[in-house]
Amino acid sequence: MGVVIDQNKCIGCGSCMRICPGNLIRTNAEGKAYLKKERDCWSCTSCMKECPVKAIALVLSPEMGGRGAKFVISKKEKKICWTAYRDQEVIREIITDPEESNKY
Amino acid sequence: MERIIIESDVLIIGGGTAGCYAAITLGERTDLKVAVVEKADIRRSGCLAAGVNALNAYITKGHQPIDYVRYAAKDAEGIVREDLLLDICERLNHVTEDLESRGLTILKDENGEYVSRGWRNLKINGENIKPILAKEVRCQKNVSVYEHVNVTDLRYESDQVSGAYGFGIGDGIFYEFRAKAVLIATGGAAGMYRPNNPEKDPHQMWYCPFNTGAGYSMGILAGAEMTTFEMRFIALRCKDTIAPTGTIAQGIGAKQINAADEVYEEKYGLTTSERLWGTVSENLAGRGPCYLKTRGIDSAHEEDLYKAYLNMAPLQTLKWIDSEKNPSRYDVEIEGTEPYVTGGHTGSGYWIDRERATTLKGLFAAGDVAGGAPQKYVTGALAEGEIAAEGILRYLKDHGSVEKKSTALSRQAKEKKEEYETYLGQNGIFSAEQLEIRMQKLMDEYAGGIKTSYQYSEAGLKVAEEGIDDLLKEWKQISVTDIDELLAVYELRDRLVVSKVLIHHLRERKETRWHSFQENADHREKDTQYECYINSVYTGEGVRMLRRKLVKAGEE
Repeated sequence: MGVVIDQNKCIGCGSCMRICPGNLIRTNAEGKAYLKKERDCWSCTSCMKECPVKAIALVLSPEMGGRGAKFVISKKEKKICWTAYRDQEVIREIITDPEESNKY
Repeated sequence: MERIIIESDVLIIGGGTAGCYAAITLGERTDLKVAVVEKADIRRSGCLAAGVNALNAYITKGHQPIDYVRYAAKDAEGIVREDLLLDICERLNHVTEDLESRGLTILKDENGEYVSRGWRNLKINGENIKPILAKEVRCQKNVSVYEHVNVTDLRYESDQVSGAYGFGIGDGIFYEFRAKAVLIATGGAAGMYRPNNPEKDPHQMWYCPFNTGAGYSMGILAGAEMTTFEMRFIALRCKDTIAPTGTIAQGIGAKQINAADEVYEEKYGLTTSERLWGTVSENLAGRGPCYLKTRGIDSAHEEDLYKAYLNMAPLQTLKWIDSEKNPSRYDVEIEGTEPYVTGGHTGSGYWIDRERATTLKGLFAAGDVAGGAPQKYVTGALAEGEIAAEGILRYLKDHGSVEKKSTALSRQAKEKKEEYETYLGQNGIFSAEQLEIRMQKLMDEYAGGIKTSYQYSEAGLKVAEEGIDDLLKEWKQISVTDIDELLAVYELRDRLVVSKVLIHHLRERKETRWHSFQENADHREKDTQYECYINSVYTGEGVRMLRRKLVKAGEE
């Protein structure tokens, strides 16, 4: 399952298609991106980091115990803001800074 | 198919950690024309697409490179090439500092010294490690990068390698690469065995699922000698998400416990394979599930863990949030993954010399695809990329003669192009995915997968080999509807070829050298007569096995 692309938000720029390490994303007749091989997503989130319109979310599938929450990311200068939603509601927000190292 | 011929001095197949660093080395030190060919986009391709948050191979103050060699040798029960490891270890710190100067964030103390995790790990923010490497590659004037091109086979005559063949994944163009020397840096192999989440999420795995063993496969088919495939790597990971455990185990010192809250790790030993084997054994004895004991960590530590995982395996942070089972209140369940073949963690890969030359003239190997040097990890792959680049430079001094330029495809190229064209539009009974599932089932059940708690027997291997041989025949009649399916077909071929060779290696080691990694149910103990490398060469008719004597550090 991995990432889910919202075609209503997609502007068809092709960034996600180019960056996917598995060549899994393609565009449909309207030029909108879709995950051609859903089973094959690695959840690396490279596409989410490229998408200029936050059209891609990371979802944990039921097979792995997912209960419907999703991550959407937005860039704040160099920082990445990870927002977790359940339904439409924000349940958590975490900001990661590339200049801040892992402490473990 | 349209066609294009690319000529260069050096061809690098694979733009991951080792390939990028070799390209940077050749770019900065020479004027040679270098071509990097990559299946995806070098900014996010291969193992480090999502990032990494530690450098697991570094020589901290008070230690010497030989200490790391001894550690890796002990962890691998002696089956390592100490000469190759020592070359790598002598460069670990230099490549680390070099990467920092190019923009990698490494944790430092108030005196500006690196903060280590144990005596050989550094803490970093490596979320952007691939974009950093990619940027450095792209600013080399003499390096051209060909992305979204899948290489399937080496270009060779007798035992001289002189390039490679592939196809453009987006545009369907046939590529013939011609070069005086070729560096193979494609990574190792995932996807031969049935994975942990086989139904809907087969690619939620430890190793990069897009590393399909292409580098091994094209070398095997060209007759290159391979070593130590039987030392499989099986990772101990967080349940379901298959996210790393090292950050929890080493970072916050969490112990492995069973369902009765007993610490079991000392009972089985502390090598990488024994930690996994302990967990498998506790489960088999009915004392599972097993966990990393995180209960009781404070909220600041928990927040740091969330961030650490976002920088390498974001699904684990999502799982904590989604399930509302925070690590401060719930221990983190662990499980073993399916087996992989990868020379970055174990000794599996091309049999190489200290120049990183393979047994095929003109072909060099670095990173996960190169054998003999387990626990090289990210910094080891960088070091090996640099060593291979230097080896290639020395080779080119004596072998730099230019092939007669020709704009016509060679005979071998024509055959390869026809092969692709035959598959494209072929209407078979089965898809690549269907045969892949069959392969994974065979390997899981008969060649020591999760199903048998990683144990295998000779009788089982025979069933696995017959099944894999059947698939290698059926593979040629697969349905191929478009270029994406053509890619899937060759990825399947690569995994089948690696599986076949792996089965031979598993059979040849009639002992149990590494619990779980190579658990031979017919021979449960270690046997001194197997203190040697098990190597193989594919001859076209079958796999010929050979043994080689151990090489110690300082010996030639």
